[in-house]
Amino acid sequence: MAHTKISMAQALNQALRDAMAADESVVMFGEDVGALGGVFRITDGLTAEFGEKRCFDTPLAEAGIVGMAVGMAMNGMRPVVEMQFDAFGYPAFEQIVSHVAKMRNRTRGRVQLPMVIRIPYGGGIGGVEHHSDSSESYFAHTPGLTVVTPATVEDAYGLLRKAIEFPDPVVFMEPKKLYWAKEEVDLGESVPEIGRAVVRREGADATLIAYGPAVPVALEAAQVAAAEGRQLTVVDLRSVVPFDDETVCAAVRRTGRAVVVAEASGFASVSSEIVARVTEKCFHSLAAPVRRVTAFDIPFPPPKLEKYQLPSVDRILDAVDDLQWEDS
Amino acid sequence: MTTVEERLLPSAEPVCLIDQYGVPHDNPPYELPARETLLDGYTQLIKGRRFNEQASALVRQGRLAVYPSSFGQEACQIAATMVLREGDWLFPTYRDSVSIMSRGVDPIETLTLLRGDWHSGYDPYEHKVAPQSTPLATQLPHAVGVAHAARLKGEDTVVMALVGDGGTSEGDFHEALNFAAVFQAPVVFFIQNNEYAISVPLAKQSAAPSLAHKGIGYGVPGERADGNDLAGLLAVLGRAVEKARNGEGPQLIEAHTYRVQAHTNADDATRYREDAEVAPWLDRDPIDRLVKYLSENGGLDDAVRQRAEENAVRIAAQLRDGLMPEPEVEPAELFAYLYAEQTQQLREQAAFLRDELSREEA
Ligand SMILES: Cc1ncc(C[n+]2csc(CCOP(=O)(O)OP(=O)(O)O)c2C)c(N)n1
Repeated sequence: MAHTKISMAQALNQALRDAMAADESVVMFGEDVGALGGVFRITDGLTAEFGEKRCFDTPLAEAGIVGMAVGMAMNGMRPVVEMQFDAFGYPAFEQIVSHVAKMRNRTRGRVQLPMVIRIPYGGGIGGVEHHSDSSESYFAHTPGLTVVTPATVEDAYGLLRKAIEFPDPVVFMEPKKLYWAKEEVDLGESVPEIGRAVVRREGADATLIAYGPAVPVALEAAQVAAAEGRQLTVVDLRSVVPFDDETVCAAVRRTGRAVVVAEASGFASVSSEIVARVTEKCFHSLAAPVRRVTAFDIPFPPPKLEKYQLPSVDRILDAVDDLQWEDS
Repeated sequence: MTTVEERLLPSAEPVCLIDQYGVPHDNPPYELPARETLLDGYTQLIKGRRFNEQASALVRQGRLAVYPSSFGQEACQIAATMVLREGDWLFPTYRDSVSIMSRGVDPIETLTLLRGDWHSGYDPYEHKVAPQSTPLATQLPHAVGVAHAARLKGEDTVVMALVGDGGTSEGDFHEALNFAAVFQAPVVFFIQNNEYAISVPLAKQSAAPSLAHKGIGYGVPGERADGNDLAGLLAVLGRAVEKARNGEGPQLIEAHTYRVQAHTNADDATRYREDAEVAPWLDRDPIDRLVKYLSENGGLDDAVRQRAEENAVRIAAQLRDGLMPEPEVEPAELFAYLYAEQTQQLREQAAFLRDELSREEA
């Protein structure tokens, strides 16, 4: 496929389209995903192309959507469901935790659930209350789930294709503030593996560890730091679960310093887990305590105030400055 | 033309074809099942009753962790599977062990979860029985999904989804009924209304005229049956399965029965109900009335009785022999099935536990 300039939303749409064309058992359903094409247009045109049996609207009930997907996956389908927004996935929490995550285990592998739960998440789009949550930590904490989140257009395509092909249920977190960011890409050229992180930028002085919506901010900070004479490595997790200790720790050992950047609140979160793991595994390579740049431990604020909640380039640079440099 | 009410509301009284005195009643359009069917049902009831009694005894001996008995509800348990074909699915709750067993699942595997194991024992695909669900009503949306997928694949599968009276208050019950109706999924929702949800009586659970009335709100036909009358249950459930199979969409059936025993062995029913309330239900026992009917109308000869008794003895022995006081456990298995491909972290944790165990042994 030739290089084209497309947005993450278009890449996700293309991934669904290609997955549905490749495998008849892939079905897509959720709220407003049919004629409307989803409130973010991720399912745009799928009903027209594949028919109502393959991409359809459901009644408004998230537990029902996820629960029905469980049954369809039990009976030979590969359902992909959409939670309209992060905070509207919570009604499905019981289904996700008690059944989606546990079915394989409690049937000793006899019942596999190859299903994907797509969740647009995070802030940065001026959303009103309940439209900007970062809910990944709830899912990452639950054994049995695989939690994936792309940060680039190319990864959005590749990871979604992989997630749909995956034998186990995947919670696919889509950073909605990146939906419209366009990149020149060659879809499907390099396909990321689920469970593997990627080094987005190499630098010898310190490592920024980020995922999802925090990755572009971390990259921007690294660029500014470079101009100021500090070379930063940026690791993009891609998968929160399984966690790629190897790639993360290798980067931290090379640089001896690390800052974790995440959009979610910090307390009892994915970011705290990363700090704990890196500290346990890389302690003797560390020249300074691992720092974090996360949201405050408050509900996500309204549009006019959200800039105070989101990780910023300045906050990242300040955290990097704090990493006990000998010359400062 | 029938009215919406005629189409969707249940009959004024629960359908009963053989009453508690063993007397048959006409109740059109339902027909008394064939004598062979009732004799088969009798044999299964005897076996189910013995299963319940033996399982409860094994709890007292510490060989089962807990047993929510369906004592007194055996007619519902048996009827739910007797009306199914081989390719149909059953979605049971924790109280439906007898139903699972009657579907053909190995009795020891049936009790694996209640024994306190971490997995469901049986292979759900072998007899098309979903793993028992403990979170109330959460199995119902799965039943809809299985049914909808079957329909998309052009298969004429019907799904029998079991739930208790208490479970009908959960959100998943409503979502499942609504989804099934919208997608016209071939699911028979079968409520065993045994009057109690642990300690809470039905009157505190629902203000609906009957639980079968709940169907009308979703456009799902409701019907109710005497839950201790195997004949009536077979007729009502059989018709519901047939309608679902014929593309008439989901059906909601409520069986009126009673939880004769406590919720589980760990429960003390005297804290919330009088013995006097229980007594009349003992007179409505599902086995007694079928025996009375069949004895008077022929068929229940000594040979049949003896065969049923032999079956019951066999199942009891199977449970006693299979549920040893000290089951073998394999700690390493705890990590083996969570993911198709084990994660690095789980490999490390499994190795940690292995190492710890080997040091314990040394
Ligand atoms: C979601 C959920 N809440 C609470 C419980 C605890 N619990 C187990 S059984 C039960 C009563 C259920 O009553 P009912 O649905 O009538 O079924 P029965 O036990 O009478 O067969 C309760 C409250 C549970 N299993 N799941």
